[in-house]
Amino acid sequence: MTTRSIGELLATHPFFAGLGADDVALLAGCGRNVQFDAGEKIFREGEPADQFYVIRHGLVAIEIMSPTAGAVVLETLRDGDVLGWSWLFPPYRWTFDARALEATRATELDGACLRGKCEHDPRLGYDLMRRFAGIVLDRLQAARVRLLDLYGDGRGAG
Amino acid sequence: MPVGAGIAEPMLPSRYRVTDRKQETADSVTLELEPVDTALAAFRPGQFNMVWAFGVGEVPISISSAPGTPLHHTIRSVGSVTRALCDAGRGDVVGLRGPFGTHWDLEKAAAKDIVIVAGGIGLAPLRPAITSILETRERFGHVVILTGARSPDEILFAPELERWRGRFDIDVDVTVDYASPSWRSHVGVVTKLIPRAPFDPKNSAALVCGPEVMMRFAATALVDRGVAFSAIQVSMERNMQCAIGHCGHCQLAGSFVCRDGPVFSYERVAPWLRVWER
Amino acid sequence: MAVEPPDVDTRWVAGREALDALFAALRSRGYRVIGPTVRDGAVVYDDIDSLHDLPEGWGDEQDGGHYRLRRRDDSALFGYAVGPTSWKRFLFPPRSRLWTATRADREEGFVVTPEPDDGTRFAFVGVRSCELHAIAIQDRVFLGDAHPDAIYAARRADAFFVAVHCDSPSGTCFCVSMDTGPRATAGFDLALTELVDGGHHRFVIEVGTERGGELVAAMSTVEATAGDVADALAVTDHAAAHMGRSMETEGIESFIDRNLEHPRWDDVASRCLSCANCTLACPTCFCHDVEDVTDVTGDHAERWRRWDSCFTVDFSYLHGGSVRPSVRSRYRQWLTHKLGTWPEQFGTSGCVGCGRCITWCPVGIDLTEELRVQRATDGASTRSQRTEQPA
Repeated sequence: MTTRSIGELLATHPFFAGLGADDVALLAGCGRNVQFDAGEKIFREGEPADQFYVIRHGLVAIEIMSPTAGAVVLETLRDGDVLGWSWLFPPYRWTFDARALEATRATELDGACLRGKCEHDPRLGYDLMRRFAGIVLDRLQAARVRLLDLYGDGRGAG
Repeated sequence: MPVGAGIAEPMLPSRYRVTDRKQETADSVTLELEPVDTALAAFRPGQFNMVWAFGVGEVPISISSAPGTPLHHTIRSVGSVTRALCDAGRGDVVGLRGPFGTHWDLEKAAAKDIVIVAGGIGLAPLRPAITSILETRERFGHVVILTGARSPDEILFAPELERWRGRFDIDVDVTVDYASPSWRSHVGVVTKLIPRAPFDPKNSAALVCGPEVMMRFAATALVDRGVAFSAIQVSMERNMQCAIGHCGHCQLAGSFVCRDGPVFSYERVAPWLRVWER
Repeated sequence: MAVEPPDVDTRWVAGREALDALFAALRSRGYRVIGPTVRDGAVVYDDIDSLHDLPEGWGDEQDGGHYRLRRRDDSALFGYAVGPTSWKRFLFPPRSRLWTATRADREEGFVVTPEPDDGTRFAFVGVRSCELHAIAIQDRVFLGDAHPDAIYAARRADAFFVAVHCDSPSGTCFCVSMDTGPRATAGFDLALTELVDGGHHRFVIEVGTERGGELVAAMSTVEATAGDVADALAVTDHAAAHMGRSMETEGIESFIDRNLEHPRWDDVASRCLSCANCTLACPTCFCHDVEDVTDVTGDHAERWRRWDSCFTVDFSYLHGGSVRPSVRSRYRQWLTHKLGTWPEQFGTSGCVGCGRCITWCPVGIDLTEELRVQRATDGASTRSQRTEQPA
């Protein structure tokens, strides 16, 4: 019953739009529902990245830990966002920390398991890689625009 | 036994006069200093002195000159003491205690490639190491300097970097976070220069210095390229007051950064950095 | 300071009046005599003149966050454990000036004048075995490396120790676990065991050093009999069997190193007030500020040393913020340093089992209990279990 409900979630999620029913079932088989309390760390810099998360409801911060500034939030993700792409790229290790800012419910997908399945079925691998590349592209473009510091002195661009 | 006799060496400041002052960037100044009385003991690259501005306070500052040359301290103005030191002019007398701490280990780098990764003011404690390496250049393999600054105006020791880059036996790459209209070189984080830098990861020694986050990322990039944890040295920083391992403030796990550091093998430091708020 | 091991054959017995002779002899040799005395409802260490300044007939009752003096039913002079102060306040004073500096002309800049030693020589009376160990630990901190501390060295060099073997351990004592007592075995000039039965009040005296032997000569004594020695040993055997607390020290360094994220740290952090009482009371804590002060004219500066505590937020301040902003991280730093990393730094545990941190904690945090709970769940992590739940 849980697997079917995860499958339904994935099938209706925009990130997975167009994925075939078999592929959805396979992904759902690698998934489980999880929840995080407000303030709880989801993953930490340097740890093995073997999962990714589809945020169903809540607010997550991608952050970096500085010895004197503490947690510096780089970006926030919320309902519908996908968290974590390091599972796809060697050395499969988290580059930043992620923390739930509010009580958050997500679907956790087993990236290690999926990597194996993608090796076996490159067609699925290409499909997932394309979807994740799209996220990385969006976030990189946004990060570059943020570098312009448009609301500050605009570094000559504002 | 008078307290002074024992205190004389580590806790009494020696008088040093400012003989020259150079504005390096908008907020950084290099002071050249000569002793008024007896000089401090000879130092090794990577060590620091406690620098005292009369009536203001005392801070740890790395030595940025090569051993055997006039003493330099490159200071970034971030608080009341460093501001006072940056305002010091020729003829002013400051107090120095030192040298303290561990030094960059160049012995274990003999016959190896050397990759130096510096971020911001982190280039200052590396400068004496670079000068030492260049003095005995034949002892080492490829030498690569990668340095990152916030913007072109904030590149430390820019004329010297250009001089080093002009040599045929050393690679120098500079990158900035924010470019100016006339900047034609790299823009991006300094760690991005590591994957393609010309050194053999299996036969190299890495010296890394800069903000702690930058050192973590640089070490990770070096390790990803195949450099062993034990081949990487970092320069750590903590609240230092006595500088002789007695006051307790600089403790990091089982070490006193003033005495067992600031230069550490990354192999030793990495587990400490994994425990947050350690 | 070289200390000859106690000569176990040389034992003497004296009555309580001999203590006054001892104090007088110490004073005539230029010592400032410090010993236990009752003040403000506690036994503290301060200047004493005669045995009448000692806490005659007083015992103590100690537990987590609890200290009370209680009347004994005898006239014992040393019938209590340890109070809030330790000998550290004399060897490593809470505030010390290191030097003064005065502005001079442009050529000179300034002139620095080191603070002279005032030449005080201390005689400490009533030192417990755990306290002798604490002093030996601070010897390693302040004298054991390339930069011996001049203030500590001056006060320590000639200090005279009159130890007292414990007969009344308190509810927070655990010297047996830490192998630091209750019987003093080294580091003293003289060691006393107090024997009070009925009206008969005597002291069995061991001589630890040659100069200790010289002081005994100034007291009215007789040689101890085998029975006296047996009685004295029975006192500490009894004390050893009545410890208030215990702590498992087997493998403690690696245990602590692998439990830095144990959930118990969150629990203790919710109780800890970060008040620093434990570090102030602890006889081995050595952290101190090195600070500069100037006068209004700005022409006169002084460098002072002042006790500090790792529990203060500013302790780990580093351009812009503190490395340990949370109480959790600061409590963890204190405990993991005291028991886990201290051995790596100085070769012994930092804890002597005196129990002061337990007694003087306003909320009664007990480090033996904290360790016990962690040991019972070795390896537990703050990572919550990711719960499966229906969508």
